[in-house]
Amino acid sequence: MQTLFQNLLNGIAAGSIYALIALGYTMVYGILKLINFAHGDVFMIGSFVGFYCGNALAKSNPDAPPFVNASLTMLLAMIICAALGFLNERIAYRPLRNAPRIASLITAIGVSFLLEYGGQFVFGPDPKFFPTLIEKNIINLGGVVTTNYQLIVLAVAIVFMGILQYIVYGTKFGRAMRAVSFNFETASLMGIPTDRVISTTFIIGSMLAAVAGILYGLSYPKIDPLMGIMPGLKAFVAAVLGGIGNVPGAVVGGLVIGIVEAFVGGSQFSNYRDAIAFVILIVILLFRPSGLFGKYEPEKV
Amino acid sequence: MKKTWMVLTTAVLSLVLFGCPPKPAETVTGTGGTEGEIVIGEYGSLTGAEATFGQSTHNGIMLAMDEINGAGGVNGRKIRVKTEDDQSKAEEAANAVTKLISQDNVIAVLGEVASSNSLAAAPICQSNKVPMITPSSTNERVTQVGDYIFRMCFIDPYQGEAMANYLTRTLKLKNAAILVDVKSDYSTGLAANFERTFLANGGKIVGKQSYAKGDSDFRAQLTTLKGTKPEVIFVPGYYNDIGQIAIQARDLGMTMPLAGGDGWESPKLIEIGGKALEGCFYSNHYHVDDPSPAVKTFVQKYQERFGAQPDSLAALGYDSARVLVDAIRRAGTTDGPKLRDAIAATTNFDGVTGKINLGPDRNPIGKKLVVLQITNGQLALKDVVDPAAGSAAPAGTAATDTSSTGNAPSTASAATN
Repeated sequence: MQTLFQNLLNGIAAGSIYALIALGYTMVYGILKLINFAHGDVFMIGSFVGFYCGNALAKSNPDAPPFVNASLTMLLAMIICAALGFLNERIAYRPLRNAPRIASLITAIGVSFLLEYGGQFVFGPDPKFFPTLIEKNIINLGGVVTTNYQLIVLAVAIVFMGILQYIVYGTKFGRAMRAVSFNFETASLMGIPTDRVISTTFIIGSMLAAVAGILYGLSYPKIDPLMGIMPGLKAFVAAVLGGIGNVPGAVVGGLVIGIVEAFVGGSQFSNYRDAIAFVILIVILLFRPSGLFGKYEPEKV
Repeated sequence: MKKTWMVLTTAVLSLVLFGCPPKPAETVTGTGGTEGEIVIGEYGSLTGAEATFGQSTHNGIMLAMDEINGAGGVNGRKIRVKTEDDQSKAEEAANAVTKLISQDNVIAVLGEVASSNSLAAAPICQSNKVPMITPSSTNERVTQVGDYIFRMCFIDPYQGEAMANYLTRTLKLKNAAILVDVKSDYSTGLAANFERTFLANGGKIVGKQSYAKGDSDFRAQLTTLKGTKPEVIFVPGYYNDIGQIAIQARDLGMTMPLAGGDGWESPKLIEIGGKALEGCFYSNHYHVDDPSPAVKTFVQKYQERFGAQPDSLAALGYDSARVLVDAIRRAGTTDGPKLRDAIAATTNFDGVTGKINLGPDRNPIGKKLVVLQITNGQLALKDVVDPAAGSAAPAGTAATDTSSTGNAPSTASAATN
């Protein structure tokens, strides 16, 4: 029983990181019908910014409360990733706006490789160890053990998901986003500045990836330039599972993948932990291609 | 426009026709011949997941080669080491060795540490009849690839047995769990050998879980192992993962020690794992504070040159390089088959990691093993298993039969701290 709850808790903590990454995939897909494969690598860049900034702050500003340094680190990572997301869209995807969709997809894969191997060149291929931004405490909840890190991951993830939910459904900009997602051409005819909406979507998605990168670094302090590949792919599966283009769906999908992985990892089939996300992907595509929350829309010929 | 094309075509053509440097010149200076530099190949994980393995080994090799060249080389010829980085990947190891043999015409190859990488490269050396010495791959299958493949360290049946004996006999532990890296030949082999002896000594394996090299989340496996209440967890992985596993185990409130093999050996181990590794054990090839004069001089020279304490991989790199050069000296030639025979005939060679006698299976006979414990962020010597000094098993039979359990290591002394 304890093992069950412990696995559930581990799964939720890992799943909330997947969920944050999945949100970026799902938002971009919702608007552009583009799977931004470089998103996992933006997550990686977020981690590395956190690594350098966290270490620099620990040196230059050791007396500040850890909370301040951690927040500054996260803020800087968000800003840099936002800029990266913006440039990525502006340089790589916008010129292909009217090209066949496969062109932007391949470009996305190219950008992904550029960031991965560019990262190996700039940061070096050796794993780095993420700084301890906040002192770690172990919390025992009646036999189920957790750390303040896992709780921070959960809390930060919930807060940012809440903010996103508010932006998409509670603001004028969110309405514009949904309009562009619903019908790109009509939205632009109605006077919605579609390019700006798309840029902002990339910026928001990349900021969430930066947050995920910092939280990941805190929980699993080994980071390297290829670290974004697996979490990126799994978050993509999470987005598809929840129904790609659907914001709450991405969150649920991320949590489901995280929890399923925790239980598989703890069973005698732990070898297959990485495979299970992709088994889920295949099953979903076979039986419910629009995902758990997606609307099924037959393609008009 | 047409003119530009003409110029371009001519340029390309002339490059193709005259661009290649004449090859034979290289072979003369390279190898095979009797004059000029002798070129030795080295491949290792200078970057990537197990970077310190390759870096330490490289330092050890360079230290040995500079000493040898400083003393005039071997047979009147200087030695040059051509080093290739395999990024800690098996497929890159195979590429690196192919390049060393076919392009650089090396006469012999030194490397690797990780057994999976050595296993990828060994068949290439074997089929080209280029002798290969692995300083520190412990998986017994490495030297079974063929008669051109040698090693300088003990093998996993011996290492797994020694750790199982230490845990069951010295520490009197009964219940162990195993967490194994399924992607690594080293890890799976060592785990199987450990399990065999642990069970034979009356112990119980209460839980078994696996992970894959490069994973970052081990909580699920550890949670399951926690439920089985082991007194010790045997994790025969590489240092990079070990630190993370230890941290996550402590996060889950697990206080039992972890135990492992020589894959833990790295200056980064304690840097990564920190306090989480306190009280954990691993088996190793040597200990820096060993009072023997060979170790003392080596540690001193290494520290002067690199400003750091040499780990066991550096020591084995140093020994491999010196054994190879000694064989070149005895063979009097760099010709593959003759050099192979000379390496195979290595007896009573004074190495940093003990006397080196190569057996008929091309593994050293009777190598010493130490058990280290991480105490206050330092490595403390807990046990020495020395077949040469032991009384339980005659040294000669100790490692000649790789697959047997006959190489029972005898606990010679239990020096502490």
